[in-house]
Amino acid sequence: MNIDSIRNGVVIDHIKAGSGMRLCRLLGLDDTELTVAIIRNVTSAKMGRKDIIKIDSVTSVNLDLIGYVDPGATVNIIRNGQVSEKLSLDFPEKLVNVIKCKNPRCITSCEQELPHIFRLTDRKSGEYRCIYCETKA
Amino acid sequence: MKSLIDILDLSVEEIDSLIKTSEDSIGNPGDYADACRRKKLATLFFEPSTRTRLSFEAAMYELGGNVLSVAGGGTSSAAKGESVADTAKVVSCYADIIAIRHPKEGAAYVAAQNATVPVINAGDGGHCHPTQTLADLLTIKREKGGFSGLTVGVCGDLKFGRTVHSLINALSRYDGMKFVLISPEELKVPSYVKNETLKKKGIPYEQTTDMSDALPELDILYMTRIQKERFFNEEDYLRLKDTYILTPDKLRNARHDLCIMHPLPRVNEISVAVDSDPRACYFRQALNGKYIRMALILMLLERAVKI
Repeated sequence: MNIDSIRNGVVIDHIKAGSGMRLCRLLGLDDTELTVAIIRNVTSAKMGRKDIIKIDSVTSVNLDLIGYVDPGATVNIIRNGQVSEKLSLDFPEKLVNVIKCKNPRCITSCEQELPHIFRLTDRKSGEYRCIYCETKA
Repeated sequence: MKSLIDILDLSVEEIDSLIKTSEDSIGNPGDYADACRRKKLATLFFEPSTRTRLSFEAAMYELGGNVLSVAGGGTSSAAKGESVADTAKVVSCYADIIAIRHPKEGAAYVAAQNATVPVINAGDGGHCHPTQTLADLLTIKREKGGFSGLTVGVCGDLKFGRTVHSLINALSRYDGMKFVLISPEELKVPSYVKNETLKKKGIPYEQTTDMSDALPELDILYMTRIQKERFFNEEDYLRLKDTYILTPDKLRNARHDLCIMHPLPRVNEISVAVDSDPRACYFRQALNGKYIRMALILMLLERAVKI
């Protein structure tokens, strides 16, 4: 299957196979006017299978969110048909309004204006905890 | 400006200093009578409390200060939908220090982020209750002389019991501690407390459902109430509430220098007949709560008394 290469845009590569759709949704790309391609189960020498997201416009993407969903993913910025920037990701130290605390006893459950903030508590396992109630994400 | 949200906000040295100040204030109350003159403590209690609120207020009066009080969310602007953040900003205009109790976990943290005066967490739901832990530590210091080499049994609701989690966290910073965790299967200590505190620091612990078996080896028995307000399902509460009841008969096999503690209020988990046993420390523990809160208020207001 061929997907046209893009001249100016963003390519999120090396996404764990099966995570592409979720990442797309979390990035809000399922509700945008930009041209977006999600390519699933691409053969990869390194990973066996992987997903790729291509956005046909140089737009800002939430790197913290991508790092949280899949720290192994890479983000390439394409300008004039060339890779102008290659960004490696890692678990971000803090997530702000990326995920919501599910604890019904947490203060964020009743005070709607509060930002949902999680901090990385274990880099090895990628564990995040709510800064207010310390509940695991 | 420092606030106290979690017991781990305080270093071991700061806790030692608070204990030293408390012990000095017990011996020399006159030296403290004017230490907070013209200072105002606001007690914002959005959840029922007797001991904690009154001990904060008594502590401030003992220091010569004054108290502004909101008891029960129904009488404050919270009933009109005011956020914790706004309440903290407003109360900062009137008081020099705030003690807040709130049913939602993390409420005291939000208050501290928004207040312009020090905030003390007087209990945020099932999350933290650091001043109870300070009262517990002062009690252990006064009853046992120190914190090293103690076998501590904690009994009852170890799942939702915030005092237990804070106490384990605080005591795990001292050498030679051992814990015996006594609870029904359904109310065991959460795995994150075991993994992040006990296992991580290599602290020995046992888990059991049998209080009588565990009693003979304990230096301290910390009883807790099965808290009705933490259950979503009343049936579960009714099934578990009478699991442990400490009686004089059960204490026969316990050490003669055992220290029986309880954060109070008790329902029926310690029989009234135990109160006259010299090993029952829980009312002295409640009194210690006032002294340690005096020391904490002094520390957060930076009002040093020369010891």
